[in-house]
Amino acid sequence: MSQVDLIEDESATASIVQRTPRQIAWTRFKRNKVGVLSAAVAIFFILGAYLAPLITRVMGLSSTKTYPKTLNDYAMPIGHAGGISLSHPLGVEPGAGRDLLSLLLYGSRISFTVAFIVSVASIGLGMLIGITTGYFRGKLDAIVGRFSDFLLSFPGTFMIIALALPLRERVEALGIARDNGARIIVLIFFFVFFGWPGFARLIRSQAFSMRERDFVMAAQALGASSWRIITRELLPNLWPTAIVFLSISLPGYLAAEAVFSFLGVGVQAPASTFGLVLSDAVTYWRDDPAYLIIPSMYLIIIVLSLNLLGDAIRDALDPKAVAG
Amino acid sequence: MLKYLARRLTATFMVIVLVSISVFMIFSFLPMDPARLTCGKACTPAVVEGNRHRLGLDVPVQVQYVRFVKGIFVGRDFGEGAAKFSCPAPAFGYSFNKHECVTTLIAEAFPVTFSLAIGSFILWLLVGVSLGVLAARRQGKWVDKASTAFVLVGNSLPTFISGILILLLALKFNLINPIEMGRWVSPFKDPIGWASNFILPWMTLALAYAATYTRFTRSNVIETSSEDYIRTARAKGLSEKVILRKHTLRAALAPILTIAGLDFAGLLGGAIITENIFNLPGLGRLSIRAVLIDYDLPVILATTLLAAVFVVTMNLIVDILYAYIDPRVRVA
Repeated sequence: MSQVDLIEDESATASIVQRTPRQIAWTRFKRNKVGVLSAAVAIFFILGAYLAPLITRVMGLSSTKTYPKTLNDYAMPIGHAGGISLSHPLGVEPGAGRDLLSLLLYGSRISFTVAFIVSVASIGLGMLIGITTGYFRGKLDAIVGRFSDFLLSFPGTFMIIALALPLRERVEALGIARDNGARIIVLIFFFVFFGWPGFARLIRSQAFSMRERDFVMAAQALGASSWRIITRELLPNLWPTAIVFLSISLPGYLAAEAVFSFLGVGVQAPASTFGLVLSDAVTYWRDDPAYLIIPSMYLIIIVLSLNLLGDAIRDALDPKAVAG
Repeated sequence: MLKYLARRLTATFMVIVLVSISVFMIFSFLPMDPARLTCGKACTPAVVEGNRHRLGLDVPVQVQYVRFVKGIFVGRDFGEGAAKFSCPAPAFGYSFNKHECVTTLIAEAFPVTFSLAIGSFILWLLVGVSLGVLAARRQGKWVDKASTAFVLVGNSLPTFISGILILLLALKFNLINPIEMGRWVSPFKDPIGWASNFILPWMTLALAYAATYTRFTRSNVIETSSEDYIRTARAKGLSEKVILRKHTLRAALAPILTIAGLDFAGLLGGAIITENIFNLPGLGRLSIRAVLIDYDLPVILATTLLAAVFVVTMNLIVDILYAYIDPRVRVA
């Protein structure tokens, strides 16, 4: 720092620039190199997923087209590492011979969409229910509390597996969507159904203690309505919790979607998701290990970057939290 | 304490009844006919109706539920005369597709799932807690950094990927025999065969859980270490070892045991992914096969209920243990 700056600083102490908590968090986040890097990686993959049609068109590829010339007589990719070449940067799928990059781009679009919708919906629902029960307490709180306890004791994974098939048939019978569209709707519904109680509980306990704080009492004394207190006083204070929760649940649901399609209850072929590609890759692992390793790494890098990003956001929003 | 125990027991009982009723209701309102599912391609209207009667599906849902509960306590017969199947208590139904009482199927699968759960549970507690304590004691040193890396990897590696990678590496280096894989070996007859059968699934499950436990233990130990009573213990001249063992760990590990209990209960219901990858004939594989292959409703119903009962019961055990450790809970 130069001499001039110092003098200016001293003269400016009387009027320190005020910063909002959001600005403080942003400055803190920018200082975290790992956080910024993982944010860049995550954005890169998210853009890749949603620009999949554009990217594949520019590269002259398609996720549904097969490239029989890249396969040998045994339907195995020609060349090293799963047939990696300039025209197929991640190689080709053995058997059918589709382009692996396009499969993963389109597959990650499904995974990201499911993860986004589920995270936002369960946080929205959890926020609404958590705030109302935490602020109004009483009978409503007791009933909702019992109900979420009850939901939390349900074996969620089992229920999803057992009910995915009949519910999909119901969705199709109602004419809402067909095939994979119906499968995705069912999966989203179940993830949200079993996902909100955890977050609602967290928000409830925070709203519960916050309504005893002075600023809420002051607002009540001024005659503010419950609606105003909830939206203007409580909500702004609960946003950090929601953002941290979002950053934790996003990679979780991303992986969960992959798991269910791997097990055969999620999205099915001809669509491609991580779970489908990987369960297919297992059958080829001896002859084409790259077909297994590349999609695994692709998914791991996405989940890892989102996890690191989540840690960085948490540290930025709550400096007291012990980085564990 | 007795009063607390009675209150918790009643509540648990109520939850189990409620869960069982709702699971039962959900499955009986499915848009599919369970009687039709029993015969596949050989279905004629007469066979379907016959099986409907034999399975007791021709009566109202509430009667079905009462019969189901009664079967758990006194056993149950399906059908009459020559076509009668008897399932002794506890009877959870009869699987037409497998021609077995569901209880028999569960009794075959449960030891596998239990072996898987108990082994990985011990492994992840050992690794997670000791790594967490070490990291907390040597904050900022290489052990701490290594544990942070371990936590990141463990948390970012979905079980189905780590399981596949572990399995394929083992196959590649001929560490396991693919034909032997998934064969149930009793630990009482052949303990070594049993352990070698389960070591890879144990590692797969433990990797994911140990990461979470390392993180949790580390932050708990660090938090407890700054408490006043730890400073007091140090001031009165206790050695670091004694402080750690008698004061820090005691407080820091209590919440960990709570989560551990619930995680263990969750696994007892069936570790679906791990069992699937390693071809282990446990409860998880039993239920997913029942869903994917022939939608074997009695099996699905029983495994789902069982999974719920494990969680609820373990919740009760954990609560009681907690009340034992922390007297404040009892009056709350």
